Parts: sequence; C-alpha cells; structure tokens
Amino acid sequence: MTTQTRVQLASESRREFLKAGGALVVTFSIGGIGDTAAQAAPAKTVAADQVDGFLAIDAKGNVTVYSGKVDLGTGVRTALTQIAAEELSVPLERVTVIQGDTLLTPDQGITFASLSIQVGGMQIRQAAATARDALLGQAAMTLGVAKDTLTISKGTVTPKSGGKSVSYAQLVGGREFQLKLDPKAPLKDPKDYTIVGQPIARLDIPDKVTGRFTYMHDFKVKGMIHARVIRPRAMKATLQAWNDFDCRKIPGYIGAIRKGNYLAVLGRSEWAAIKASKAVETTWSDWQGLPDRTKLWDYVRKTKINKDEDLQKIGNSAEAMKTPNAKIVSASYDFAIHTHGSIGPSCAVAEYKDGKLTCWSASQQTHLLRKQIANMLGMPPDEVRCIYIDGSGCYGRNGHEDAAADAALLAKETGLPVRVQWMRQDEHGWDPKGPPTLYDYRAALDDKGIVLAWESEVFVPDRPKDIAVTLLPAELAGLPREDPHPGNIHQSLAIPYTIPHIKATAHWLAETPFRPSWIRTPGRMQNTFANESFVDELAAAVGMDPLDFRLRNLNDPRGVELLQRLAKLANWPSRTGRVQQAGDVVKGRGVSYVRYELVRTYVGVVADVEVDKKTGKVAVKKFYVAHDCGQIINPDGLKNQIEGNVVQTTSRTLLEELQFDRARVTSVDWKTYPILKFPDVPDVAIDLIDRPTEKPWGAGEPTAAVVPSAIANAIFDATGARLRSVPFTPEKVLAALPRA
Amino acid sequence: MKLALNVNGKPASVVADDPEMPLLYALRDDLGLHGPLFGCGLGQCGSCTVLVDGKAVRSCSVPVSSAVGRKVVTLEGLGTPAKPHPLQQAFIDEQAVQCGYCINGMIMQAAALLQTNSKPSEQQIRAALAENLCRCGTHLRIVRAVKRASEAMA
Repeated sequence: MTTQTRVQLASESRREFLKAGGALVVTFSIGGIGDTAAQAAPAKTVAADQVDGFLAIDAKGNVTVYSGKVDLGTGVRTALTQIAAEELSVPLERVTVIQGDTLLTPDQGITFASLSIQVGGMQIRQAAATARDALLGQAAMTLGVAKDTLTISKGTVTPKSGGKSVSYAQLVGGREFQLKLDPKAPLKDPKDYTIVGQPIARLDIPDKVTGRFTYMHDFKVKGMIHARVIRPRAMKATLQAWNDFDCRKIPGYIGAIRKGNYLAVLGRSEWAAIKASKAVETTWSDWQGLPDRTKLWDYVRKTKINKDEDLQKIGNSAEAMKTPNAKIVSASYDFAIHTHGSIGPSCAVAEYKDGKLTCWSASQQTHLLRKQIANMLGMPPDEVRCIYIDGSGCYGRNGHEDAAADAALLAKETGLPVRVQWMRQDEHGWDPKGPPTLYDYRAALDDKGIVLAWESEVFVPDRPKDIAVTLLPAELAGLPREDPHPGNIHQSLAIPYTIPHIKATAHWLAETPFRPSWIRTPGRMQNTFANESFVDELAAAVGMDPLDFRLRNLNDPRGVELLQRLAKLANWPSRTGRVQQAGDVVKGRGVSYVRYELVRTYVGVVADVEVDKKTGKVAVKKFYVAHDCGQIINPDGLKNQIEGNVVQTTSRTLLEELQFDRARVTSVDWKTYPILKFPDVPDVAIDLIDRPTEKPWGAGEPTAAVVPSAIANAIFDATGARLRSVPFTPEKVLAALPRA
Repeated sequence: MKLALNVNGKPASVVADDPEMPLLYALRDDLGLHGPLFGCGLGQCGSCTVLVDGKAVRSCSVPVSSAVGRKVVTLEGLGTPAKPHPLQQAFIDEQAVQCGYCINGMIMQAAALLQTNSKPSEQQIRAALAENLCRCGTHLRIVRAVKRASEAMA
C-alpha cells in the first residue's frame, strides 16, 4: 500500500510509470471489445464513464485507484481506499490511490463542497462494483460454474461449495477492463462490509509524524531554481519602475522576470531568492481603491445589484406579513471577510520542456487548473499536465492554484524547472478571500407563537457562468483569465422549517473588494449563521425553548431524530426563557441545526459558552454534535473532520476578520490575523448516527455551518445580548451588552 | 563557507554563502530533511520547530551559524515509521493529524516539554503548545496524543 504521492513521476515518462505500476499494458480486455494486442500502450483513459478511468488491477492482483478527488488533509485517501477495497473484496494493503493527475485521473470536479465521498467515492464504488461483477462473470466462465455460485475473498474468486479458484490477477492482471461504468452494477450488501464502516487508521499518518512524507513543499525536480514573487504595494497598483542592482550582489541570484505588474526574482537557492525579493527596488503607482473598512457594510449595501434571485419561495410572504395583529420581528446580520490561513503558504513546481508544461501543485482542482493555466499561457490544455501533491490544508480555494500559475508562468519564461514558495505575507495578503456577506431578515408571528411568514435577503457577489477563481499571476501580468466566481455561496439560505410563507432572496452584487473564493462551508456557514440566529430570535420572541421551537417547525423524521439525540447528548433541559446570573462571568447554551443545502447531511449542535461581561471575552467551553451523514465510511476519520470543523469555525467566529486599508490587506501574518490557540479550544462530544444502508453524504463542511449561530445563541442565553456580526470580538460583545 | 553541524546524532556539513541564512533552509534544502516545514518565517506558527541542545527552537528564525557546535534534532531524528518515538507512536494511536503540516512543530514542542515535565496536565500541555498553530483543528487529538506519550514514557 503506497501512501506517498508518486513523486518519482518527475523523472519518469508516463510509460515508464505505467510499466513500474505493472498496470494497463493492453493485450486483452475483459470486456472483449476487439483485439487490442496490436496497439502500443495507449494513454490511460481518464474517462469518468469507464472502469479503466478509475481502476487498474496489475499482474500481482494489486489495485490502483485513480481519483480526481484529492486528500486535502481530510483523510479521504484512506476512505477511498476503504471503499474500493471493500467493493472489490481485496485487502486494504493491496490498494493504492493515485490522486489528481490530469494525465491519469478522471475529472471528478473540484475537491470541495463535501463531495469527495458522496460523489467521488460513489463513482469509484460503482466502478469497483462494475469490475467486480465482470470479474465474477469471467471467473464463472473460466471455472465453468454459474456466477451466483461464486464468492470472492482477498481478490480470489472461489465457488461457495469449494473447489478450484481463480484470482483477479489471473482474470485481468495487467490488462484493461474496457468496460463502461455500469450505474446499475450490483453493490455489495452493507451487512457484508468488513472494511467500510471501520475506524481504519489513516494511511498517511506514520509518514507524516516521522518526517518521511513528501508535501508539495518538499518536492524537488532536478535543476530546479527558486522564485519569489514581488507583490504590488497596493492591490491594483501599476509597476512604474524597478531595478535589481542590489540583488546582483547576492550569491546565487539569477535574475528577474517582469510582465506588466508581475515581477519575480529567481535564485539558485531558496535563500538567494528570498534575499533578492527583499533587495529588489520597485516603484508602484498610488492606488487607494479599496472601500473604507470601518464602513464596509455600507459599501456592501450600496454595491450595485446585478440581479435578484429567489432561492426559496413558498406561499406569499408579502401578504402574510400584513396579517392583522401579527408581531413583526426583524434583524440584520453580517459576516466578516475571512482568509483561508493555511499553515504552509502555497507552493508549486513547474517544468516546461519540448512545448509541454508539467505543474506539481497542491491544487484541489488539477483539471480546472490545467484549463486555467493553458488559457493563461495560450497553450492547448492537452500540453499541460497538472499533478497533485498533498500540501498544507487549504480549506477551499486558497493560493495553491495561484502559486501553480506563478510556477507555470516562470517555467515557460525561463525554460527551467521553477519552484515558487509563497511567503507568509503572500498567503495572508493575496490568497482569494471569503467575501463579506450581509443579511436582512423579517418574520411575522401570530399571538400563539406560530411563524406565519419568513423573509431573508442576502447580499453576495455575483457568479459568472464558470466556477473558477481568477489566477493571480494572470491578473497581474495582464494575461488571459476567467471572471472570478466565488462558488456555492447561495446554498443553505433556504430553510428546513415548515413555515407557510417563505421567501429567501439573493441580491447578486456587481463587485466585492477582494478576489472572492470559497472557504470551508462557503455561504452555507454565513447563511446558516443568519438563519439559525434568527430562528433563535423568533423562539425568544415567543418565549419558547429554542430546541422545541425547531422541532415544532420541522416535519423531517431524520431531522427530528437528530435533534432528539442531540438533546440527550447535551443533556438539554427544555426551558422557556433565560436565567439571570450574578457575577462577571456568565454561562450560556445555544443550539443550532442544519440540513446541508436541504438535501443532505444533518447536523445539530449545542455550544456551551462563558462570557466575561467585564472584558467582553467569549470562551467556548464545549460543543455537542449530533451528526447524520448516512452511511459512515470511517467513523474515526469522520470524528476528526467534525472536531476540525468545530475548532476551526470557533476560531473564525470569535477572532477572524480581514484587516485592510484603502490600498491593501494589512493582516498579513498570525499577529494581525490571529487564530484560535490551544488554551481556548473547546472540547467536543460527538454522537454519530450511522445509517449503513443509506447513501454516504459529505462531512467536511456541514458541522461548520452551525457553529457560529450556536455560539451566538449561547451568548444570548448567557447575557441577553444578540451578536449579529461575526467575529464576536470583545469590543462587539461589550457594545452589545447594554442592549441586552 | 563550510559549517560543521551535528544533526540527528551525525556530523553534517553545510556550505552556506550567508551565515545569517535561517537554519530551516540548511536543514531542508541542503540536508534534504522534510520534518521541519516553512510556515511563516516569523517564528509565529511553530511548523519549523527543531530541537537545538534539547530546546525547541523556531528554525526559520535562527541563523544556521548559531547551530554550529550544538546538537540539532529534527522530526526524522526522533524515530522512524518502523521504530517511532513514543510521541510519534502516540500521534499515530490518537490519529492526531489532519493535513499534518503543523504536526512536526507539535511533536518537537511536546518533546521539549516532556524533557522538563514528564507528567504534564492537559492544561500544561495546552499552555506549552499555545504558540504552535494548527489550522485544521486537530488540537484535541494533539493534546490527547501528548498525554498518551507522557504516560507511555513514564
């Protein structure tokens, strides 16, 4: 079982690689589509409707899985290994996963939106099921028995009654399947699972804890030089003049590349490039085009709206709002601009040789990256190959793709293999951002506490047709590029509650101050913060227990069961109002619930907080999480993801806010953009609801969606003050307390 | 100039144009070690942490020349996948990794802690790791792993 990225690809041709893997040298095909013996080894198919796109079994019976979805530190490589091993009935050790290589792996879309198992994993499961069924058929012919009399164990097919057996290696070893992926191929019965559903230890951890793992940042190519990019002094400033006189005194300095507003220095060593980046002299135009940060929400509110779109419309909320004697509750919320904050700044290596470009990157989207780089450099996409190597966690579209484009541009310009390592200020200052988001809510309640109508409005950046974030070097160098598309931020504005009149509207904005991108739980986090805070406000307005209030407005049995289990896990006593507490430090509990995008994973949480009324500091002590994502592939991996969601989002909720002046981002390190540290990390208790016979849904994001509102609601429970603006800094808490 | 270092118990020689070059680049680029990782270059995150004479040091922020005549230990020097150090084993047992980029720093910082406090409380572990940043949110597992290692080493 190989857990390392196949870094040796650097020095191997594809053919050598295929030979080394022992896979896919065509002589026969199990599907019997023609005699291909005469063909030289063709390019491996990356078609997502072919079994060979996803799977190969070599002459020793070892299985290679080709996954377009990549492990961004979530453990999904292990989960995909489990899925494939289970469906094929082979031991885990015999399965290797190759990830995100545009020459070898199918385009399964971007690794985002908690879809790696739900969509990517299920494609692999179906490919494996198709292969399994075909192998059984082949074995039946070989052994001269009926297919349904056979059983498979450890990659060997044997009659249930015993007797002669035949192995996968004998049946297909080293050959292609040449089979169309059959969406109806029979799946293994979950009751027979021995690998899926088990807390299998992650395959990458032993190497990661002993310094043997190859991160993108560790990857080297022979003859590689090092580059650092010189960023504009102001975001859209023009480079007026530059000189590298002082750089030339630095041993190992090679030179600089300038294209428009793009400037990079090159060195034989990393340190030479870093020193040159400090020594190079530049003159930039004055540019002060960013909005006033202290009036950001006025800016968002006044931004031109391209169009309005109702994301959910049930009944006639406008009429229902006019119901005589109805109580109208309204509130506005906002959610700050966040940065991804990867611990390792983005890094990439690229090589341009014989008219072809190879780029190694920790990109979550190698197929899309290939298209974008090809577009930027004016190359046919087929001449660009992007290969994934695990990087530092990115939590969305951070700077990895931009660094890849940096390396690609510089490799093409120099003809040398180039490694680009972003510095800390590059990552914090120049990765694309989670856009600022603003909300207005209104609801009408009758005198019995029934919600008659609900209206929500969100102000978010518009989305052009293709989901992509503009490549930064293309923007700076004035090269061809795509329109920015922030991605999925409208989802989960629609609510799961049985209110008779609902209208949830997106105001699609013509502009936003920074390149908009997706950051873990994009939009669903912001939207759920506003939705579930407002639900809590409604419950309080009618004097109902917030958990009972949700149950009363829910007719989804799975959601109801989840909330009941949450109440038990958190030992939540029903209550009708807040309890006044003496002293400076007061305690509170808040609840929140989501059905992700209304169609998949259910999460309910309770947050326990303490608020220091003197300092305004909020301490999140504990989170209770009830989680239902259907079939669980790896319960420990799932818990790891849930814990990460809680901790990271607690950080975002309490601390994080991009700082900037009129020219540039000013929160460019961990002092100016602090994140949660060990002493402030909450404990997490989890109840996993496993449904082995249901579809597996995603878990990389949904828990994060409910964290900010649970904390806000707990602060209200503790203090009577509503925090409607993320992050909940001590200043904002102190300002809100007198309004309690 | 040629600098004589002692890294992971063995003599190592680094040719450096600049004695002010941070130790991190000598370890990674000249000696090919992958344990310490570049995180911020500012001594704020801890992902580059190594032990110098047993003390946790941010290798991005000390010059390579300062390590001459001292004993440098990196994550590779603690143990191997076949023979992991109790801390490394505990991180495996607790599955205390997500992306793992910060984990070098967590283990090296914890190794320094356990040298001065062999039985740290959870609070003491959290305090000792306060200046090591993790973005994935693996903190609870990391604390459990350090606790487990301290018990295994007792």
